[in-house]
Amino acid sequence: MAAFEPPHYPFRPATDDGARHRVVVAGGGLVGLTAALDLARRGQPVVVLDDDDTVSTGSRAICFAKRTLEIYDRLGIGGAIRDKGTTWNTGRVYFGEREVYGFDLLPERGHRNPAFVNLQQYYVEHWLVEACLATGLVDLRWKHKVAGIVNGADGVRLAVETPAGNYSLTADWLLACDGARSLVRELLGLAFVGKVFRDRFLIADVVMHADFPAERRFWFEPPFHRGGSVLLHRQADDVWRIDFQLGWDADPEVEREPERVRARVRAMLGPAIPFELEWVSIYTFRCRRIEKFRHGRTIFLGDAAHQVSPFGARGGNGGVQDADNLGWKLDAVIRGEAPATLLDTYDIERIPATDENILNSTRSTDFITPKNEAARAYRDAVLELAARHDFARPLVNSGRLSRPAVLHNSPLSTPDEAPWADGAPLGAAAPDAPLDNGFLLDRTDPNGFTLLVFGEGAPGGVPGVKRVNVPVASVAAERYGAGTGNAVLLRPDQHVAARWRRCDPAAIGHARDRALGRVA
Amino acid sequence: MTALDTSPRLDDPDLAFESLVEAHRDLTPDQSRRLDARLVLLLANHIGSVTVLREAIAAAREAAWEAPEAGR
Ligand SMILES: Cc1cc2nc3c(=O)[nH]c(=O)nc-3n(C[C@H](O)[C@H](O)[C@H](O)COP(=O)(O)OP(=O)(O)OC[C@H]3O[C@@H](n4cnc5c(N)ncnc54)[C@H](O)[C@@H]3O)c2cc1C
Repeated sequence: MAAFEPPHYPFRPATDDGARHRVVVAGGGLVGLTAALDLARRGQPVVVLDDDDTVSTGSRAICFAKRTLEIYDRLGIGGAIRDKGTTWNTGRVYFGEREVYGFDLLPERGHRNPAFVNLQQYYVEHWLVEACLATGLVDLRWKHKVAGIVNGADGVRLAVETPAGNYSLTADWLLACDGARSLVRELLGLAFVGKVFRDRFLIADVVMHADFPAERRFWFEPPFHRGGSVLLHRQADDVWRIDFQLGWDADPEVEREPERVRARVRAMLGPAIPFELEWVSIYTFRCRRIEKFRHGRTIFLGDAAHQVSPFGARGGNGGVQDADNLGWKLDAVIRGEAPATLLDTYDIERIPATDENILNSTRSTDFITPKNEAARAYRDAVLELAARHDFARPLVNSGRLSRPAVLHNSPLSTPDEAPWADGAPLGAAAPDAPLDNGFLLDRTDPNGFTLLVFGEGAPGGVPGVKRVNVPVASVAAERYGAGTGNAVLLRPDQHVAARWRRCDPAAIGHARDRALGRVA
Repeated sequence: MTALDTSPRLDDPDLAFESLVEAHRDLTPDQSRRLDARLVLLLANHIGSVTVLREAIAAAREAAWEAPEAGR
């Protein structure tokens, strides 16, 4: 099968030295491109500056979570990812010679998207680039490196370096999406604090024709890699990702040598399966974040704002949720439909979400890399027990896979007036469900608020809020805990903003205004 | 259960002690440690409350006669 050929996008010299732009995105990686596409699809022109001229190189994100796929459905590229990627819902955990247990992440049917699709990050970025260009509103500037910044109260001045010389720009809003080594973050002097895990991991992408099922496999101390863990994932084009835990004392230079890597892979696969190495890299993982993501007119998203170890696939998936959260808010502020203080709720909502990702990734990494002998004894005890007893399975932590953040206690949510015990809580990403031969999430307004109205004859909506009727005897009604006459208001990012057992248009309008930060 | 009960509760304390010690017979220190870990996990699950577990952890640490050496 033809492997992916990285595109090289054309460099064009700047012709607008000194110009002012509404939104500038620093960094055209996974998150910067997602943010640019989101804003462009809401009608905002966006300039993207990227210091490179291609998509993500090598092996990075592969697991795209259900919520990310839903966001990409809204942005029009979900189908391409599903078609090309490998869908998986199940996984298996091994300890030593034995299988400990298997799991199913999405036993519940009736969602358009599976729990995960595995696909190389470069494909997703490539389609994001194409989708950005298709809007006609995204000015993608390759080989334009942000080199200086003055984060002013009424605009952000940027110094940009290109092969054809330097120029400057002013942005009303700067989205800093320049990755884990963010220069914008460094130039603003923001501390990036957290922890480094004293361990090294070998990441190998291997091309092979193997008929292993498409599931996540995790081995603790397998016979073919004593003293470490191994993770196997299938990607597109017969590429498989294998992570080998090497320990802190491993020498990265030595471990990178192709012959040595091949020997490790051969020990794992056995002599009968031919394979080729496509990519090898060695990582030390970190979990950290900056204290605040919004700094006046500069707002940080993705790895520039936070970094996690990959167990749980929370890095890219978390960053895509940042873009999902910020896009509609910034659009509303630029249009004058919401006060600039709405942008503070990006911090209020995304910092707890980030901390949840950091906590989960840290705990997984601590399980995989025990800190001391006692930790190792408990880890191994959990695995031994899990092979025999159900109770121990939830204690096995080979990665708590990315789930959408519930925006608990968000000031944008309208507290329930009546008790509401069942279904998605306030602040949750709206659950998908079958609806009228399609899916509920596809019926939401991609650019605005949506009111789900349950049952016939329920009161109408308000202008500017799309109304979607949902039958009461349905999976959807169950997932929202809703009955006849109930209504649920979804924000433009599909999170639950308010819900009513009995509602009137005034209440809906008020809840919408509250979600836009216009009223408290 | 909402609080750690530290009143004497075992119906046969001598048998309880003997059983715990006996369980470790012929085990290497590593195997012993893992056995204890499995035992703690089984009992923790039986108790079914992280609050009680954390109270027990605190009580166990506080009951040590020697303060842990710095840096260990
Ligand atoms: C081994 C590994 C496995 C992973 N697996 C997963 C996974 O399965 N699922 C998942 O969700 N995440 C995963 N991640 C994390 C994921 O890759 C990152 O979280 C994601 O790439 C972050 O996207 P980003 O756009 O914030 O940053 P990046 O992808 O790093 O993009 C930053 C962009 O900014 C550009 N840039 C940098 N500096 C400048 C500058 N000064 N001026 C202009 N442009 C600049 C860069 O060229 C780049 O294009 C994994 C990471 C690793 C390392």
